[in-house]
Amino acid sequence: MDPIISARGIQRSFGKHKALRNIDLEIKKGESVAIFGPNGAGKTTLLKVLSTIIMPTKGNVIVNGIDLRRDSSSVRELIGVISHQTYLYDGLTARENLRFFGKMYGMERSLLEERIRELLGHVGLLGRADDRVGAFSRGMKQRLSIARALVHRPEVLFMDEPYTGLDQRSAKAFENVLRALDKDKVTKIMVSHNIERAMQLCDRLIVMDRGEIVYDRMAKEIEGKEDFKLAYSSLICMDTDAEGVSNLW
Amino acid sequence: MLRSLHIAAKDLRTEFRTKQMLNSMVIFSVQVIVIFSISFGDLLGQKDIVDRLAPGVLWIAFIFAGTLGLSRSFASEIENGCLEGLKLCPVDRGAIYTGKTISNSLIMFAVEILTVPVLIVLFNYNIQNVAGLALIIILGTLGFITVGTLLSALTVNTRTREIMLPILLLPLVIPVIIPAIMATGKIMVEGDISDISSELRLLIVYDLIFFAVGHLIFEYTIQD
Repeated sequence: MDPIISARGIQRSFGKHKALRNIDLEIKKGESVAIFGPNGAGKTTLLKVLSTIIMPTKGNVIVNGIDLRRDSSSVRELIGVISHQTYLYDGLTARENLRFFGKMYGMERSLLEERIRELLGHVGLLGRADDRVGAFSRGMKQRLSIARALVHRPEVLFMDEPYTGLDQRSAKAFENVLRALDKDKVTKIMVSHNIERAMQLCDRLIVMDRGEIVYDRMAKEIEGKEDFKLAYSSLICMDTDAEGVSNLW
Repeated sequence: MLRSLHIAAKDLRTEFRTKQMLNSMVIFSVQVIVIFSISFGDLLGQKDIVDRLAPGVLWIAFIFAGTLGLSRSFASEIENGCLEGLKLCPVDRGAIYTGKTISNSLIMFAVEILTVPVLIVLFNYNIQNVAGLALIIILGTLGFITVGTLLSALTVNTRTREIMLPILLLPLVIPVIIPAIMATGKIMVEGDISDISSELRLLIVYDLIFFAVGHLIFEYTIQD
């Protein structure tokens, strides 16, 4: 199967600091990928590059056959992004926010209204559809931001710390939404510090450190493997937490 | 163009709901005119002096109130990372600039519509050619807003944006302010549009050049 995302030799520098160093990455359609790493490893920068927010200093990214450098606008039509920032306007209602972003994706009015109702139902906000987002709690905003990212039915969903602000119930609802995307073969790429949740949701795990991918395996291949425990515990946990990694299986 | 209108409609809906920018801009511009009318109170009965003073006072009120509003224009896009959300949409960056320019201009026109009557009353003024004055105000405002919107985006991520914006903006809009004040003075006194054709041409050229430049370089001003 052709990869939906193919990145070759990606480098990204901020001044003298190299945030990404020669990243090569291929992700197949429908795959769920979790990216871990310590703070400053380049996870968010990689996500920003793949989602067109920033351009790589060097290297190429192809998304569904489209070169990101040549036609980033077409790439944006295919992707959705959930971030720890909600990208929502506090002065607009939940429905107005989704309507605005739907229009930005050029969605037809009647289809858009139907999609908005469907998504608000999925994230449990149908009853608050006409309330201003400024009055929402952090968790409600995060749930609405999930709906915003999905409004145009993206083929690839990028998630940067999507559990930020979600309580247990909201996190469960979020995971149900993500699982529902599996039937549409939506590719999911998640940056998270929550290894337990990511292990349950994703079928491939990547560990990054200092701008490089240092570990990349399918989740089913790594069960109990010492190299993952080592990579995870040496980079992400304190040494004293290393034992806790074993408890994941 | 449709997406620019959606962006402008979103901005206007938010603004007219919260009136965050509009209220402060109107209060500020009215205060400027009130302060000038008190300062020149003894001279306001002399028509030739008022003819010289009023255009400058009007444009000082517009420019200062406009600068106040522009400093908030992109600040609302920074809250919750909305600008990044907008950049993630398949929208030409120029369309974002156009949408923002439209909404900023319309908010500014609303402020001006409320400010001009205050000047007429407090300066005991009689405008000869209302349509001519409206044309000057529209062209002058568009020139000011095209540059202001671009600089508002450029300075929004700086810590001292409220200071940086006027420092960068005011020198750049001098080519708009001078013909606008001159044309306003002439139209208020003589009321004939043919007398201000050179100023109008200058304003139109300035508006077009800066809109085109803003449209082209906006992408670079909002880059990370």
